[in-house]
Formats: sequence, structure tokens, C-alpha cells
Amino acid sequence: MRVDEYLRERLKRKRICLMTHIIVGYPSFEANLKALEIMAENDVDVVEIQMPFSEPIADGPIFVRANQMSLQRGTTVDQYFRFMEKATARFDFPLLMMGYYNPVFKMGEANFLDRLQSSGGRGFIIPDLPIEEGRNLFDRAKQKGLAAIPLMTPSSTEQRLKELGKAGSGFVYVVARKGVTGEHTKFEDDFADYVQKCRRATELPLAVGFGISQKQDLDFLVNHVEMAIIGTRILEIWENNGEEGLQAFLQEIKQYLERLC
Amino acid sequence: MDLFKFEHGREGYYGEFGGAFIPEILRSPIMELRQALQAAKDDPTFWSEFVALMKTYSGRPTPITYLENLTKYLGGGRIYVKREDLNHTGAHKVNNVMGQGLIAKRLGKTRIIAETGAGQHGVATATMAARFGFECVIYMGEEDVRRQRPNVFWMEQLGAQVVPVRDGSKTLKDAINEAMRDWVTNFDTTHYVLGTVCGPHPFPEMVAWFQSIIGREAREQMIQIAGELPCRVYACVGGGSNAIGIFQGFLDDPVELVAVEAGGKGLQSSKHAARLASNHGSVGVAQGYKTYFLQNEDGQMLDTYSVAAGLDYIGVSPIFSYLAQIGRVRFEAATDEEVVAAFQLVMKKEGLIPALESAHAFALALKEVPKMKPEETILINQSGRGDKDIFTVAEALSDKNWKEFIKQRAKNYES
Repeated sequence: MRVDEYLRERLKRKRICLMTHIIVGYPSFEANLKALEIMAENDVDVVEIQMPFSEPIADGPIFVRANQMSLQRGTTVDQYFRFMEKATARFDFPLLMMGYYNPVFKMGEANFLDRLQSSGGRGFIIPDLPIEEGRNLFDRAKQKGLAAIPLMTPSSTEQRLKELGKAGSGFVYVVARKGVTGEHTKFEDDFADYVQKCRRATELPLAVGFGISQKQDLDFLVNHVEMAIIGTRILEIWENNGEEGLQAFLQEIKQYLERLC
Repeated sequence: MDLFKFEHGREGYYGEFGGAFIPEILRSPIMELRQALQAAKDDPTFWSEFVALMKTYSGRPTPITYLENLTKYLGGGRIYVKREDLNHTGAHKVNNVMGQGLIAKRLGKTRIIAETGAGQHGVATATMAARFGFECVIYMGEEDVRRQRPNVFWMEQLGAQVVPVRDGSKTLKDAINEAMRDWVTNFDTTHYVLGTVCGPHPFPEMVAWFQSIIGREAREQMIQIAGELPCRVYACVGGGSNAIGIFQGFLDDPVELVAVEAGGKGLQSSKHAARLASNHGSVGVAQGYKTYFLQNEDGQMLDTYSVAAGLDYIGVSPIFSYLAQIGRVRFEAATDEEVVAAFQLVMKKEGLIPALESAHAFALALKEVPKMKPEETILINQSGRGDKDIFTVAEALSDKNWKEFIKQRAKNYES
């Protein structure tokens, strides 16, 4: 089943889906697996698993440090895919590759897509690859049934939003605000207008990320988009409160979403 | 040779290098900047305004100096030097910065951010911001802050906020990443004054355009002063802005263009920043553009090293990757040891103090000039002055009196 079909299927029994995030190799592969287990127990719908990169220009300080630590501990691209293989064999939710373009470029786009597919990955999010530069990769991914997820932003024109919607597959990552990951976003009225613009530009499901850190943020999103993305907050909780903290946080979100149904 | 006549759909590409690999959120400021640059290029009054500003504020045209003593001492070809060190703030960096200041004014921006390695670009940017009345934030790797404290002091005195970057290798590449993150958040009010001919299109084109003032002047001056064009032009290359500046004056002439990268502890070691002169570089995509980088087989960037903070960078201008590939520019490297020796020789024989960055160009040129004929001439770009390097040089030379002086000063502060 394609990722967009999967999301629509899930939305038959819940009002909004949830995507979470891990950085492979940080704090360790074992911790990554444990985090995925907790995510699976708490009805998370999709997980983006980040391939660490030395120059993560779209990430905020918490992710930047985690990328570095993972690399310092020796994480390689090969280990990344072996981890993905292991995780996709064990968990039911779709896993997406999230990362920067250079490792993809170095291994070759065709090779990357083959490796992603054979590892069970269902698509990719590459924030430093604009659709102009990524045309071949996006087209080839679509042919293989993989999700090539574009990012829509508050500064995109309506024309641009249409181009982005057309280029992508799976769903669209709607960037909640300007800036990098990990700062809190205030969801206000003009955000609804922006989401409406994104909605008009594509038939793909919309997922909102950047700065979602508490269950109250979901109140707003539940009426507007198909999926909420929580990234930095998850890592912060893991770093401060370990697996118990993550369990408690995700359980709270799960119960909150169940009450909304 | 028009480097900037792009094929349709290949804007910002120099052969296979360049492009704009940016997060989608930056598309709007990048498009805004492309339009502003094009409008400035199409407006004949813009360049005159820029030249007039550089004349009255920065001391342009900078002269060309004939190095008679060194020429006699070494034998071989005659040595001329383009004196970019005589610019206000002490380096060629000010050309690009003042130009981008004019662009930022046209765009109605009120805040300026920049990254800096050696600190020269940061000082130039802080100076421009003071002159034009912009708020100014400079990102600098913590390691570079340590190496270049005098420049940090000046930036702060000029009213800029200097932010030490503690990520990664704590050098220029990390400062660039941090500046990008700021720009992603604040582009409505903020212009990012990128300091070298790297980054996403249109930065390489814009920086090269403003720096072309060096080559335009140098070509004319060589004809006037030496009576002919030089046989070779030497320039150091970190990102490549001073080199592309001077080389643009001679691209269509039968002049050999020689770029000198940081050889650090030697090309056989892993401690250097020679992306094109060594065989350690490979093509990659990072920091918004495609070029040669020092990276591992997974595409992770490696740590670089140079005695000169301004050359200590993982990437190189995409324009240079192209010019090297088509054989128009010869790439070489000079080691720290050769550089310090050249620095001392130039000071003793000519009374010039080149920046350690520029001393790379001298190191190679002085090695090659004895093999040339007396009727042949070379031109070296002295991209900046070396006062900022007093700590590094004194350390490299292990100067006893200097060490004593520093100890004494430190003692004074303790009491």
C-alpha cells in the first residue's frame, strides 16, 4: 500500500495521524530500537528515521548535536540501511528516510532508491533537495511506489505550492513556520489560511511539522491536516527522561487523540 | 569567457558545479536576491555607485607594487603585487561586503548576518553595517574565535554581535551552517552577506562580480606599470573570492592562472585544506552547492587544517571546480612551513606584511619565479595584510620575546 493510501486508511479510525522521528545511531542503535518499540505501542503512524549528516543546515541545535554525536560514534550509511532493514522487519508502521542530499548523491540516486526499497523504507524527506534539483530522484521514486515527500513553506507562492504538490508523492510536509527544527510554533489564524493554500495546491495528505511539542498543538491541527509531526520534543524527552519519559509522553498523546475521536 | 552566461534551466551552474541546494523555505529570499542582483547588473549606475564608494571609502584603486628586491634576490621573473591589503579593513573582503551592502539597501533589509573564518570578512561586514546603519550579527567558529581574537575585538567595537559556533569542527563551515539557520528564520528583515564565492546561486555570481573590481584594475595597471600583461597570476584559494576577483581580469588573455590552496602539514597528511590540488577531494553537495569537498566515502565532511584560518574550509567555489576541470586554472598547494618562510622573506626583503592566507600565493610564486626568464613577469594578489596574524606567526616562529611579552601582559591582568 502506498503511504498516502495507508494514511487515508488510518484516518478511518482516528482524526489525525502522528509521525515521530529518530536519529539513527544516537544515542545508540539499541536506544533507537527501544524508542521505536515505544512508538509502536502508542499507535504512532509513521516514523522518519534520520540518516546523520555532518552539515545538517535545516536542523536546530538539538538535532545538530545528535547528528554529530552519531557520526562521532561511527555511524555509517551502510549501518543506517542495516538498521532500517531490522526495524522494518520488526515494526508495522512505515519508516521514511530523512536526511540530507550529499550521502544520497555519493551513493548514487539509483543505488539509494534500490537500497531504501530493499531495506523496507517507504519514502524519503530530503530538506536540502529542492524539486528542481531532485526531479530525477522524485520521478524514479514515484515509479517505484516510494514516497518522495516535498516541503511546503509559509513563504511559498501559490504557484510554487502547486509545483511542489505535483512533484511529490506520499504526503506533503507542511513546514509550520520559518526557521529550523526545534523551536516552538504558535498556531494562529493565519496558519489556517496557509494550510488552506497548501490544501488547494495538492490532493496529497498534509502533515505539519516544526515546533509541535505539546498536546495542545494538536487541538488546532486536528481540524486542519491529516498528520502531525513531533521530532525535536521526542529527542529532548529521551535525553532528559529516558524511555519512561517517552512512554509517558506518547501515551498521553495517544489518549488525548483517542478522546478526540 | 563569460562565466555567468547560464544555459536556460541551468542558472547558477558552472559546468556540473554550483546550483542551489537549499531548504524550500529559502527559495523566496534566494529568488529575491537573484532578481536584485540582475537588476543591479542591468543598471549602469549601480556599478559606478559601487566604484565611487570604494574610491572614497576604501581607498581604491589599490596600487600594484614592483618587488625589486625580491626580484633581484631570487633571479628569474619580475614580481609584481596587487595590494588588496591596502583596502580599508585590510583585505579584499571589503569589496564584496560593500557591494552586498548596496544590494541589501536596495532590498530594504535592516539586519545583516555573516559568517567569518579568519575574521577579515567579519570585520569588513561589521564595518559596512556601521557605515550603512544595519544591525549586525557575525557567526564565527569557536576555534576561529580563539585563533583570531583581535578581529573579534574589532567586530565588537564596531557594534556587531559575535556569536561563537560550538558545533562540528568549530570553524568556518560550521559558522556558515549557523548563518544559514539564522537566515532561514529571519530573511524578511535580514540579508546574509556570504563572504566567499561559494554557497547557493546567486552567491558565487554576486561575490565574483563585486570582486572582479580587483582584476579589472590589475589588468589595466599591469599594462601601465609593467608595460605588458603578466605571464602568470598567483592567488590563494580558501573559498576563492580574492582569486576569482583577480583572475577575472585575465580569463581571456594568454595568462597562466595559478591558485594556491592550504597544504597545511603536507598533502600526504590528513591535515590540509587542498580540495583540488590534492587527490583527497571529491564532488559532493553541501552548504547549498555542488563542488569538490574534502569528505569521506559516505559524504560526511572531514576536518580541515591550515595555519591560515581563512583557507581552512571543506569546499571550494564551484566556479573553481569548473575552471580547474577545463584546465583554465592550475591548482597547487603550499605547506604551513613554506608559508611561514615566504612570509618572513617578503617582510625582510620588501617590508610587506601579507596575511598568512596571501602568503600561500607568495610561497608558491617565490618557488617558481627563479625558473622563469628575466623578461617574464608575475603578479601576486596580496589579498590581505598580516597584522591580524601576529599571534599565529609569533607562535609558529616560537618567538621568545613575544612569549615573554604575553606572559607579562597576562600577569598584569591577573593582579
